[in-house]
Amino acid sequence: MHFGPHLLLAALEGLVTSAVLALTALGLSLVFGVMRVVNVAHGEFFMLGAVLAWAVSTAISGHPAIGFLAALVIAPLLVGLVALVAERLVLRRLHYNPEATIVATIGMLYIIQQLALTFYGPEARPVEPPFSYRILLPWFGYSGYKLSVVAASAILLVITWLVLTRTKIGLIMRATQYDRETAQAFGIPVERVYAGVFAVGAMLAAIAAVLIVPISQAHYLMGQDPLLLSFIVVIIGGLGSLRGTVVAAILIGLSDGIISMFFSPTLAKIIATLVVAMVLVFRPQGLFGTTPR
Amino acid sequence: MRDASPAKTYALHVGVIALLFALNFVLPDYHQGLFARIMALAVFAMGYNLLFGYVGLLSLGHAMFFSAGLYGAGLAVYHLGWGVPAAFVAGVACGALLALVIGLLALRTSGVAFMIVTMMFAQVFYLLILYFAAWTGGDQGLVIQQASRVIAIGGAPFDLTDPTVRYMSALALFSIILLVTLAVVRSRFGRVLVAIRENEERTKMLGYDTLANKLAAVVASGAICAASGAAYALLFGYVGSSFASVQYSILPLLWVLLGGAATTLGPLIGTLFMYYVTDITSGFTSAYLLIVGVALILLVLFFPKGILGSIRERWLRWLP
Repeated sequence: MHFGPHLLLAALEGLVTSAVLALTALGLSLVFGVMRVVNVAHGEFFMLGAVLAWAVSTAISGHPAIGFLAALVIAPLLVGLVALVAERLVLRRLHYNPEATIVATIGMLYIIQQLALTFYGPEARPVEPPFSYRILLPWFGYSGYKLSVVAASAILLVITWLVLTRTKIGLIMRATQYDRETAQAFGIPVERVYAGVFAVGAMLAAIAAVLIVPISQAHYLMGQDPLLLSFIVVIIGGLGSLRGTVVAAILIGLSDGIISMFFSPTLAKIIATLVVAMVLVFRPQGLFGTTPR
Repeated sequence: MRDASPAKTYALHVGVIALLFALNFVLPDYHQGLFARIMALAVFAMGYNLLFGYVGLLSLGHAMFFSAGLYGAGLAVYHLGWGVPAAFVAGVACGALLALVIGLLALRTSGVAFMIVTMMFAQVFYLLILYFAAWTGGDQGLVIQQASRVIAIGGAPFDLTDPTVRYMSALALFSIILLVTLAVVRSRFGRVLVAIRENEERTKMLGYDTLANKLAAVVASGAICAASGAAYALLFGYVGSSFASVQYSILPLLWVLLGGAATTLGPLIGTLFMYYVTDITSGFTSAYLLIVGVALILLVLFFPKGILGSIRERWLRWLP
């Protein structure tokens, strides 16, 4: 294969990574932006989504599309429920203290990971894609499912943007993010908003995981990379900025895809992590410098 | 309050060291080995406590300082054939130097950003170890042969693989670091650190250079953690990338939180307690991480001050 098609393939793979990453990072960014806490267990909500997707799709017989669609609905709802319970039982009692929350979510990370290992096992298991149509390009065939993941992610991002900017729920969320105490004074149930945002953030990660699971298999350690990459995206994109998150996700996804196709993936990760750490040290507001809305 | 009973304080610390010394002759073989390991790792926890407990800086990247010592000492023995004392010094120097560089960069941030930056630098360090697998052994690690772990002092060989020598070496390092931390905490420097934790702006206004003090604390903490890592490599003869992973940045945090942050003996108690809980429970379950996770959540929810912190609050106000 020549360099051009090779690059195209790398870019397509990168685009799929970007699509999934944008959704996952958006969840982290919402929680970070509105609640001002870092959820270290975010990657585990992603993993939980994938594992539950496997469980749901194997429990339902018939055409793989039925199982997949059921998983796409049920897995995020279950993950949202888990997040809601965690928020009620732990984060609320810590009064969303940033440092205590990090320690507590590290605890959740270990608990979820261990439970997945105990009940799901150490194997990586696939979920059958809902359809297996290949798009034939002049140089190679490309999975139609992968492209539909990009489309689905784009639709979800647009919906989230509409909800945030055009609805009353979005207005309430933005008010809480802007000034918690004034929002409370105006009768906004801040604690309910927090609980909802935490659950929605986890659900976005779970949806991303269900979308990716037919491409890469479900495994109990699969939450580590998305967590780190989401951090990177959120930091580069600037806190609480939806546009910044999407742009950064595309940037990171594409460069990750291209760098790891031509260089060692470990080296790609080293460079990316180092660059982001330096961005955080020297430009804490993010590369795009958008102020939180 | 603190200076009211220096004699009592020193008696307590010397008493703990004497108790650990006596335990060497009482403990069965298995527990003797476990205690040597716990004392070496308690040094790691003490280094972490200096920064987290006294300065209030929560780092999520201390595994890099521990493994800088581990690899600094381990690679010097493995590739360069250095003797044990030189390798130990090399390990500590690596950790101190790394801490200086990381401190200069990371201290530009604070709060949540500090945690993420330290975690990312540690991740880079971990990936570098994997990337240079030709020298570091990658995730397989390296085993340091028994022959290169013998010190000759005045013609008499001290074999670090011998259980008693190993126990005593770990105890010696532990005692030195314990007394050093005690001295630091009671010094002017230690009180400035606590002042920074309580109110950095006010400390700055009183004329203290808070950045220089924090940097000194990061370097001291990094050097102590590296000493623990170097000792671990030389005493137990294994150097591996798993010691640089995120998990080893979380464990000292857990030990310190459990034992009691900003208490001199808390790190030892936390490490001891956690090691034995894991050891006992691993008899009937492999769900080791579950216990760590539940312990972390219960600690931040109900005992944010840890075992010794709670004891100090209730009964023994004079505990350092």
